[in-house]
Amino acid sequence: MKNNTDHIAIIGGGIIGLGIGWQLVRRGAKVTIFEKGEIGKEASWVAGGMLAPYAEAGFEEIKLMRFGEQSLQMYPRLLDELSEDTDEVPVLDTCGTLMAGIDRDDTEKLKRLYEFRKELALDVKLLTGTEAREREPLLSPNVVSGLWLPDDAQIDNRKLLKAMKRGFEQLGGTVMEQTKVEEVDIKRETVMSVITEEETYAVDQVVVAAGCWSQQLDGIPDQQLPPIRPEKGQIITMEKTADCPLKGIIRSPRMYLVPKEDGTIRLGATAEEKGFDKRPTAGPQKELLEHGWEMIPSIYELPLVETVAGLRPAGKDHRPIIGESDISGLYYATGHYRHGIMLMPLTVYALVDEILEGEVSDWLTPFRPQRFNANE
Amino acid sequence: MSSLQIADREFDSRLIVGSGRFPDPETMQKALRASGTEMVTVALRRANLNTDEGENILTYLREDGYFLLPNTAGCYTAEEAITTAKLGREALGTNWVKLEVIGDDETLFPDVPELLKAAEKLILEDFVVLPYANDDPITCRKLADMGCAAVMPLGAPIGSGMGIRNPYNLRIIKELVDVPVIVDAGVGTASDAAIAMELGMDAVLMNSAISQAKHPVMMAEAMKKSVEAGRLALESGRMPKRLYAKASSPEDGLIEVDREEQ
Repeated sequence: MKNNTDHIAIIGGGIIGLGIGWQLVRRGAKVTIFEKGEIGKEASWVAGGMLAPYAEAGFEEIKLMRFGEQSLQMYPRLLDELSEDTDEVPVLDTCGTLMAGIDRDDTEKLKRLYEFRKELALDVKLLTGTEAREREPLLSPNVVSGLWLPDDAQIDNRKLLKAMKRGFEQLGGTVMEQTKVEEVDIKRETVMSVITEEETYAVDQVVVAAGCWSQQLDGIPDQQLPPIRPEKGQIITMEKTADCPLKGIIRSPRMYLVPKEDGTIRLGATAEEKGFDKRPTAGPQKELLEHGWEMIPSIYELPLVETVAGLRPAGKDHRPIIGESDISGLYYATGHYRHGIMLMPLTVYALVDEILEGEVSDWLTPFRPQRFNANE
Repeated sequence: MSSLQIADREFDSRLIVGSGRFPDPETMQKALRASGTEMVTVALRRANLNTDEGENILTYLREDGYFLLPNTAGCYTAEEAITTAKLGREALGTNWVKLEVIGDDETLFPDVPELLKAAEKLILEDFVVLPYANDDPITCRKLADMGCAAVMPLGAPIGSGMGIRNPYNLRIIKELVDVPVIVDAGVGTASDAAIAMELGMDAVLMNSAISQAKHPVMMAEAMKKSVEAGRLALESGRMPKRLYAKASSPEDGLIEVDREEQ
């Protein structure tokens, strides 16, 4: 059992670190978030904000889908609590996902996804092109098939990040931006302090929530570092004008389009192995626009607001890495890959219980850091 | 089963596997192990070749000691392909290259004039060139004659999983060239790989057939077995085909049963 006068350091101020920090201070802990740049400006910012466990379920990712499903169900509770602490809280948009296909090959793909979802007894409908256009009249006349997943949702992740930061600070949490943790000092398998360029901070627990940078920390033995690499994702943000009043999430096998509360539409996303390079590039931007336009032709007129790339924290098995490591007081909450916004509530509630009460949630069993120990 | 010789290298496995489009690196690693392959292709344009900053896909491939074959996927001109091949030589420390020069996005068929140009140039610069080609005997013969270490005609378009669409051309290519013939692209399931091997192809190169299966690791094992089965069948020499039945049980020496004694 941890005691409430402990000082907990969180490395990384993305959606995961921020969420954990906010819940910890809510329950009386003393917390500092160390962020090498600005709070919530990396992968969490670039994310589409889709809470779509059913659209994204992969054939060998059923446990991850269940985790996402549970996490989505915790969103109303999280947003209620956040409203108690701050205003300007985003709305959970339970819009569902409409997937669309434009030719025979797409249709084959959608049918394969449909059959897998049927096997799992999920709520899913296979649609004709006409039925898909009845749901979203902006869809291209060339759309020949669709898949309707009513239980998916989405949220304005940028608004959420801002609200969580305010909530965290209002309850007495400390944010240290432009402060890069260089080293975690560990003695006798126990966390002692975190060391930045300028100073050493004695701490009782450390949560590493540093996304794709979670491996770049000195002081933690190599075999204890999470196997994580950056995966680059580029997106395009457009202004949602009267030309294109998009209602909900549209996906094709090549892209997603999602309208946000702030009056924009986000179009994403690429998946590229480019190391830590986050510059948007011409080719992938061209392809994103083409793939978006083939499904929703009316994006043609929309003013461009932003082109940006982020770095997904990709674990070796593309599953999150959550829980206490073999070093006492060192916790991981990282590797959320393309699902950080969706997986945040359950990650946060489960890990905060573990940190404060020592309760290890069954939900985390498939995702614990120790799974990589036995690998070699 | 005989081994496969390409240029100065010998391989026990006749299955070459691409490293792209797997659900995640761990699945890739397990699938490659299950496939028994010794040679893995890496798309240079899609790989992060800067290995000094943290881990990446190459780290995982190197852990298992595969012979890495860089490929020029995504190049549309001879010039791009040559530059990319040189980049691969530097990054991966090998002068081998799988040469791809693509004609368009829809079909991903090779652009033959550009392919020939790039192959000529790279051979002069001491590359071991394995060109991805159409299933066109003349193109393949030209590539072999100019000194490519193998020719790699397609079975069907890349990523289509349509199987071996023109076995006759592949047989003609095999007869025309003296270097190994590797079927590259088109395999969708295990029988396709076996058919390629039974046709006398020297090896099969595949990627999507494994990485896009529902269960890639299982499919990798299926492919290993089918490539081996196809090659063994070829080397065994199949029985002649007959139109009419012929009993497989011998007619001589049958036990005569004396019904009255029973």
